[in-house]
Amino acid sequence: MFDSYDIIVVGGGHAGCEAAAAAAKLGKKVLLITMNLATIGQMSCNPAMGGIAKGQILREIDALGGMSGIIADQSMIQFRMLNLSKGPAMWSPRTQNDRLLFASYWKKHLESIQNINFWQETVGEILIENNQVIGVKTLRGITIKSKAVILTNGTFLNGIIHIGTHQTTGGRNGENNSRGITEQLNSLGFKSGRMKTGTPPRIDARSIDYSVMEEQKGDQTITGFSFQKHTSQQITQQKSCYITYTNTKVHQLLKDNLAYSPLYNGTIQSTGPRYCPSIEDKIIRFKDKERHQIFVEPEGWNTIETYINGFSTSLPEKIQYQALHLVRGFENVKFLKPGYAIEYDYFYPTQLYPSLETKNIQHLFFAGQINGTTGYEEAACQGLIAGINAVQKINQISPLILSRSQAYIGVLIDDLVHKGTEEPYRMFTSRAEFRMLLRQDNADLRLTKIGYTIGLAEKSRLSGVEKKLKETQYLKETLKKTKIMINNEIPQEKKSIHDLLKRPGMHLEQFKTGQYRDIIKNYTEEILQQTEIQIKYEAYIKKEWTRAKQYDSLAKQNIPITIDYDQIKALSNEGKEKLKKIHPKTIGQANSISGVSASDIAILAIYIKKLTNHS
Amino acid sequence: MPLVTQKDTIIALSTPPGQSAIALIRLSGKSALSIVNHFFKTKDLFLCASHTVHFGTLLDDHQAVLDEVVVTLFRAPTSFTKEDVVEISCHGAYFIIHRILQIMIRQGARMAQPGEFTQRAFFNGQLDLTQAEAVADLIAARSATAHKTAMHHLKGGLSKSVRLLKDKIMHFAALLELSLDFAEEDVPVAAKEDLKKLVQDILDTIQPMLESFTLGNAIKHGIPMAIVGQPNAGKSTLLNTLLQEERALVSSIPGTTRDFIEGTLMIEGVHFQLIDTAGLHHTEDMVESMGIQKTYEIIKKSHLILYIFDISSTTAQQIEKKLSQIKSFNIPTLVIANKIDRVTPAVVQDFCHAFRCVPIAAQLGKNIQQLKKTILEQIQLAKISSIDTIITNERHYESLLRSKEAMEKVLQGIQNELSNELLVLDIRTVLEHLGTLVGEVTTEDVLGHIFAKFCIGK
Repeated sequence: MFDSYDIIVVGGGHAGCEAAAAAAKLGKKVLLITMNLATIGQMSCNPAMGGIAKGQILREIDALGGMSGIIADQSMIQFRMLNLSKGPAMWSPRTQNDRLLFASYWKKHLESIQNINFWQETVGEILIENNQVIGVKTLRGITIKSKAVILTNGTFLNGIIHIGTHQTTGGRNGENNSRGITEQLNSLGFKSGRMKTGTPPRIDARSIDYSVMEEQKGDQTITGFSFQKHTSQQITQQKSCYITYTNTKVHQLLKDNLAYSPLYNGTIQSTGPRYCPSIEDKIIRFKDKERHQIFVEPEGWNTIETYINGFSTSLPEKIQYQALHLVRGFENVKFLKPGYAIEYDYFYPTQLYPSLETKNIQHLFFAGQINGTTGYEEAACQGLIAGINAVQKINQISPLILSRSQAYIGVLIDDLVHKGTEEPYRMFTSRAEFRMLLRQDNADLRLTKIGYTIGLAEKSRLSGVEKKLKETQYLKETLKKTKIMINNEIPQEKKSIHDLLKRPGMHLEQFKTGQYRDIIKNYTEEILQQTEIQIKYEAYIKKEWTRAKQYDSLAKQNIPITIDYDQIKALSNEGKEKLKKIHPKTIGQANSISGVSASDIAILAIYIKKLTNHS
Repeated sequence: MPLVTQKDTIIALSTPPGQSAIALIRLSGKSALSIVNHFFKTKDLFLCASHTVHFGTLLDDHQAVLDEVVVTLFRAPTSFTKEDVVEISCHGAYFIIHRILQIMIRQGARMAQPGEFTQRAFFNGQLDLTQAEAVADLIAARSATAHKTAMHHLKGGLSKSVRLLKDKIMHFAALLELSLDFAEEDVPVAAKEDLKKLVQDILDTIQPMLESFTLGNAIKHGIPMAIVGQPNAGKSTLLNTLLQEERALVSSIPGTTRDFIEGTLMIEGVHFQLIDTAGLHHTEDMVESMGIQKTYEIIKKSHLILYIFDISSTTAQQIEKKLSQIKSFNIPTLVIANKIDRVTPAVVQDFCHAFRCVPIAAQLGKNIQQLKKTILEQIQLAKISSIDTIITNERHYESLLRSKEAMEKVLQGIQNELSNELLVLDIRTVLEHLGTLVGEVTTEDVLGHIFAKFCIGK
């Protein structure tokens, strides 16, 4: 019934879609197996893409030749560039999206790729021979052969949904969970943990009184995520989001009913993210806070479904309903779906190589929430990298590993495989050492060439980047040569526009009119912006480059494979345990392990130096 | 091969070499006990508990009595090196010390490398880096005050101060990161004025620690004190008188002798370096030839100037002239009237009243004790003991200095309304530098601080 495939992708979420698309575009024959073909590309949580740090990841995915940025652009109902009041390293694109459109664009795209096949079933077992994966077996007993398998199971592995004291097995509300894979992998020596996440109730837009809430409109200018321009970026209308707040009455009601919360009555033991607490968590941990923000997000162009960001809860439906009614603007609210908490299995990502291939079983790759991450963007970029690297593996080419100074994707995967994570891992810009380098505006300059070399980014993209580089360079030179006199400034001497731009408050925009307008009139907004950023922040960017180089050279210092950490008694116990467990290959990797302190690194460096001196 | 051959048992003389009443020989390692037990005949050390002291006889290979000694046992892992440590207090005769070292080495001990005991303590996890360095300082400490500072570091005093500082800076970093990564959330925005206050607070913490470095160095190496005066004023006599008294107590430590330092002097546990400017110019008046750069630089480095004049042959005008020249150094100066035995008490009283000088007769050793007391008062020791953390180590100083420079940039940045992610660049530099002292601050730490202090998340 089934041919032999190059790559089987298990799961059709953000990671699975990217993995399947990348692998197929790189010429491999791909089978995407999902429990439900109708839910490919689902946005299980809020209907938004990007945001701070996540927007940068989407731009990186796009630069490499991934699809999430384009799909998000096509399905957007609102665009905002966040953090514009700060420097360019912080600018972060975000869209609100039409949930159904998003999924259907993904499905349409995957269906447009000839060498992707689909199969609706649950995978219950991985087939392994000589420590190498050779295919999968479905719950109904069908065996399908492949050269590589990418697992992107999301929250489905042994998923349990909690609403109040009520528990059901499931991977998402109303969908089955997946059993067997965790147990099989455990028996093969994989270590797994349990995580928890939650989602808020969905409500009926027609029952909301928007007039008492703050409106949050989209930006006038829509740049989108993709460096390739799409017609859908030109949406003429945008949907607004709204902001309201909880109050002390809401808090009291929640407090009075904590006994029914599976988070507080001991039913849920697993770790939830500290940065995405449920509303009951918020009122307990931050008692002094009199109100918490609720962000009301429309789920699409033509739907009444509304997402209430900030009100994630697993209390019984009745309490959720009563509490919502106490919120300003929700007095007459109608309930569509309750919020819930979900517990699921993940595998310690330290069991992976930076290629996302497992250390135990060859040709087996993990991507997305199975690795302990949270977020669409985090999942999608892992899917993309796993898809690329599964192909590289089959082709016996060295894997694509992005460094921490190259991309947020590099930071994410480096953190996961070397530090591991005990709570759902979300990207923050503060996780990046080289934030000034990893900007959304230069993701193409950083990564498109790599995407092109691999075979994912089209030639036209590369030419676009080359053109951008050339024009930016040319404009910079012109601005250096153009010298002008500033009135009433002492000393009276001519300064180049280039140097003037470094001053606070000076922008190329100001030269668009007046005698110098000809210099810049032929450049696109993108080139002007890029040039200005490079000039204005030159000193900082240079400094980070120097640091990045230093970091890379230290990072490359090898740790002998024969090293016996027990011999180094000065190491902290925690550091020693982590080093023994993870066995980093270089000082750089050791340095990125949480629990390994700077002193540990210093001691390790001394020890290695002495070892080499002695031998 | 492993870094430190932990199987080795090391031995060393722990007291300074040379003739002394008592000497201390220390062994550390797996065989420390059995080696000493082989020669210690009074009792079986293997049956003795840790941290016990035993008096007995040490016999040599030929069963001849070598010395009566006191043996102190420290069993692993509760010793300084976390290994078995035995300390032998023997009589300080050269012959005895070397004989004991000899027989023990023959029995399997190895002479320790300089600092190897500390190194073992460090590698066996007994000390952190700052503590290990403090031990190194302790070994080099030459006076009671230096010892006190070193002991303070050893107990983690520096680590504690820096850690408090680190916490303040981490909170600052968290406030900035909060505004960057969680700009969309309903979180408090740190006001510019509050940030400035916090930075100033941090700078105010670093500054006295930095200032203590000069003082710390002085304590460690001895407080430099210059003696100036005309050739016939009695500088050399005073120097000799001061040193004669102390020579028995102070042994010069090889490698520390510097140009122009005539000797080291201990007054009530405070260590001084005496700088003899007489050696610079034999023919001319010292103070008048101060224009010569080298002399000037040397005097400038001293913490105290002793100006000595011959009361029997100097006029008040001459003294006034010299003092006004010395004043340009801006260094505390003690005026000493020498040869008071050659003039009447009335003359002495006049001069002392006019110049607030200490009257002495160096040749006769008269009033030398009073002079010492006055010297001590002059350097304001009270100031030293009131500072909690005294920086004595170059590396600590460097780290704090770099931190301070970066913090000043932050302050400037706040004033120039620099965006927070740019301020964070300098904050990260600060945390890196402090991290080299007491362990790094990771992103996880900063994020953890944010999640604990602020309600984040939709």
